[in-house]
Amino acid sequence: MSKPVRLTTAHQSITFSRRMLVLGSAQAGVGALLIGRLGWLSIAQNQKYQLLSESNRVQLIPVPPRRGWIIDRNGKPIAINRASFRVDIIPQQLTDGPKVVAELSKLLTLPPDEVDRISKELEHSRGFQPVSVADNIPYEQYAAITVRLPELAGVAASRGFTRYYPGGSSVGQLVGYVGAANEKEYEAEDKNPLLLVPGVKIGKEGLEKTLEQTLRGVPGGQRVEVTARGKLVKELDPKPDRSGGTVQLTIDADLHEYAARRIGDQSCSVVVLDVTNGDILAMPSMPSFNPNNFSDGISTNEWKMLSGDDHLPLVDKALESLYPSGSTIKPSMAMALLNAGIDRKQRVNCTGSYPLGNHVFHCDQRHGPVDMDAAVVKSCDIYFYEMCRRVGAEHLAPMVRSMGFGEKFDLPFDNQRYGTVPDPEWMLRKYHRQWQTYDTINMSIGQGMVLINPLQLAVMASRLATGKRVMPRLMKNKPVAPQAQLEVDEDHLNFIHNAMAGVVDHGTAAGAKLPLDGIQMAGKTGTAQTHNLAAHERGNYTASNWKLRDHSLFMAFVPFDKPQYAAAAIVEHGGFGAAVAAPLIRDTITFLYDKQKALAALDTFEQSIGGPLEERVARKTAAWRQANGLPPLPAEKA
Amino acid sequence: MITSAIIPKPLARLPWRLIFLVASIAGFGLLVLFSAAGGSVQPWALKQAIIFSVFLAIAIGMSWVKESTIKAVTFPLYGATLIMLIGVEALGFVSKGAQRWLELGPIRLQPSEFMKPAIVLTLARFYELVPVGEIRKWRAIWPALLLLGVPAFLILVQPDLGTCIMVGLCGVTVMFLAGLPWWIFVSPAAAVGVAAPIVYSMMHGYQRKRIDVFLNPESDPLGAGYHISQSKIAIGSGGIWGKGFLQGSQSHLDYLPEGHTDFVFATMAEEWGLVGGVLLICAFALVIRWGMSVSANARTRFSQLAAAGLSATIFFYVSINLMMVMGLAPVVGVPLPLVSFGGSAVMTVMLCLGLLMALERQQRTTSSLG
Repeated sequence: MSKPVRLTTAHQSITFSRRMLVLGSAQAGVGALLIGRLGWLSIAQNQKYQLLSESNRVQLIPVPPRRGWIIDRNGKPIAINRASFRVDIIPQQLTDGPKVVAELSKLLTLPPDEVDRISKELEHSRGFQPVSVADNIPYEQYAAITVRLPELAGVAASRGFTRYYPGGSSVGQLVGYVGAANEKEYEAEDKNPLLLVPGVKIGKEGLEKTLEQTLRGVPGGQRVEVTARGKLVKELDPKPDRSGGTVQLTIDADLHEYAARRIGDQSCSVVVLDVTNGDILAMPSMPSFNPNNFSDGISTNEWKMLSGDDHLPLVDKALESLYPSGSTIKPSMAMALLNAGIDRKQRVNCTGSYPLGNHVFHCDQRHGPVDMDAAVVKSCDIYFYEMCRRVGAEHLAPMVRSMGFGEKFDLPFDNQRYGTVPDPEWMLRKYHRQWQTYDTINMSIGQGMVLINPLQLAVMASRLATGKRVMPRLMKNKPVAPQAQLEVDEDHLNFIHNAMAGVVDHGTAAGAKLPLDGIQMAGKTGTAQTHNLAAHERGNYTASNWKLRDHSLFMAFVPFDKPQYAAAAIVEHGGFGAAVAAPLIRDTITFLYDKQKALAALDTFEQSIGGPLEERVARKTAAWRQANGLPPLPAEKA
Repeated sequence: MITSAIIPKPLARLPWRLIFLVASIAGFGLLVLFSAAGGSVQPWALKQAIIFSVFLAIAIGMSWVKESTIKAVTFPLYGATLIMLIGVEALGFVSKGAQRWLELGPIRLQPSEFMKPAIVLTLARFYELVPVGEIRKWRAIWPALLLLGVPAFLILVQPDLGTCIMVGLCGVTVMFLAGLPWWIFVSPAAAVGVAAPIVYSMMHGYQRKRIDVFLNPESDPLGAGYHISQSKIAIGSGGIWGKGFLQGSQSHLDYLPEGHTDFVFATMAEEWGLVGGVLLICAFALVIRWGMSVSANARTRFSQLAAAGLSATIFFYVSINLMMVMGLAPVVGVPLPLVSFGGSAVMTVMLCLGLLMALERQQRTTSSLG
């Protein structure tokens, strides 16, 4: 329209009607949109929003499940729960921290150590995590706190369960310990609200940690209806909790505790196996921490004392510590030599020294001409130097490996170390050098790079005893692994059984004969050098050079002619293998057959080192506190 | 129309269907307020019932006002409202704070509320005065823009974005129906697209945040997005039949904020479900359709434009509120008329209905020459 038409009333009326139509349609469109949207929200998305509305309305206060028990092979408890009363501080609700802590320490007569710990934890707390004040308090104290709760803002007193280990420190390294979850563990579990509930402990170490999923159980919940401001409106049906599952171990708790006590003040680990099925009957590592103390939250001082101890109470020596195998490797070497065609009657003349190139290797004695039997019984090094050199390392390593050296076992521990069995190929890979004859010499007597842990030593004993691939087993509900035949001859096996029986009967471990009629032990001693000491320095130890002493090793099986049990002990810096480790195994094995005799022996032993374990630990703690300028601990609460 | 010998003639001539419809909506609203208070007439339902009754009476009273009277008071009313708006602004300036109302004794007056019907009437009157041939001329446009722009600006700076949008939309609707050229409406829409970022940058923090949250409510589910999230939860969880009267957990446990004012629809939908929501929307649609039919049947240009504009006011109230509550529009603080607790919206809507009833009465009582 180049020229505007003259608009008339009629035009205007038409325009109005048309635009009313547009407006009306637009309004109808919006109405349809609104109804469509309403339908979308309340029909298509109904489920989603119903869920959200419910999660708004209903809050779940988790009720922690009871932790599953750990029991031994006979059903004897290793880790159980005891009803207890506990007090916590919820930092978020705390208004006057120092006043509340002071009041609590008065009411609970808390030691200064604990007050320190609580104050420190309160400083570092992030608001969401309750700080444990005291666990396992007597009912009177619990009641005293409960009546004062209105004046103690931020304090929560509750009933719960405490983990209790009847075996105390003897099972410390086996079961580990439990404790309140830290922030990292809380994050790792996708902020599981259960972990924030006061008194909820999770496994921190050992079996408590690796079996956490079985032991924890399923938390129940008190379902409550709450307002947006967190006010409780009413309680709904609670969701019941399910206790954690019981875990049965192959451990014999009595034997385990006996062995732990028999270790005395040594830094040592003992492993006892049932060779018929690989069951681990005992596996103490001493000294250890008392997991009962850990489950209450441990004081800084106690921690300092444990981590500063040169006997390494925080290390599970049975699995984590690696030692040169020393002469305990000799029976396996003998098996390898026999397989390689060495005649066991052939003699080697031991002159006490064995020159190789510029170096002279030694034997601890001048044994004269020895055959294989004598070499095992008397633990002659020269014989093995010579024979192993003849055969070569590549023919020795497979046998040693098949005996369990360097082998990883399927056990519920996350701290296993496997050690090494060196061979030419490994040497090239690891150290980029050729295998030398002196490597074979070192390896032949279990020195140099041969490293094993006590469990592997016991496995070797059981495999030598059966000629089968015995696999250690700790979980009672796990099927026994089929024992494959090892590459050993029946005849060779009989020979080595007799030779090892000779070790105990008239050889290096003659002092460790079983005090039992008709049951004869077969074994092999070992002394692992930790430092290169001159010959005249050996055997001349004082307390100050404890760390320089050799490790004392012993492995054995009984009865030698019809093997049932195998055992091994490695005593750190224990000196000569026969002197310390062998009697320890002797008494432990005696316990399996005659408890009276064994307990009498233990009693005599404990008298000689200053009383039972608890007394010695208490004395040690007192001495440590004094040395570090700390006041003595108050007497144990009744 | 009820025709009966018993009922006096003046009463019989009232638009009873409309009154019945409006009373039903308000009655339903009272039930929702009763539930929102946890099953109590205090503190909202009773007060709201009184407010509604008073304004219904006023609206019915207004239905006897003549069109000529309305026309006569239109410009003075507009002027007075504008002065009050300036007064509010000045008062806010003096007391150094945002202010939206004037205290007149016991009554708290929000002049911006009056502006909604006032702008409709003023523009209707203005376009009635514009000669037929001038409608596409610039002369017919700029005075209207000024009449609309000044109060809209004053309300925006109060700041009251919701009312500003309402006033703007009502005015534009009248201008649209008056027959202004299309480009007037199309080009600003394009301009808004361009200007939106600039306006956004000039907005108050809380206004800007509301828009942010509208565009992405999940960005701040516990903060500013909380209203929309909880409102959608309330509506969505109601399902088809709702959770039942007094059974809404979102509103009763205080998860739904403003469950008795701006978000009353969510409170309702949680308990009455899709069915309640659709019924309420249909009821409003009938009211608006009645208003539009008054416009369609009107014989004067003023009453045509005014009736359509007043109906549009009610329409914008309802649709902006529902879009906001269901997450289709930013939260701009527009209540649901007749249902939300509070006097202002009831007053405005009843004023609109009163005027509509007055215009409708003219159609029936006066001849086309009147």
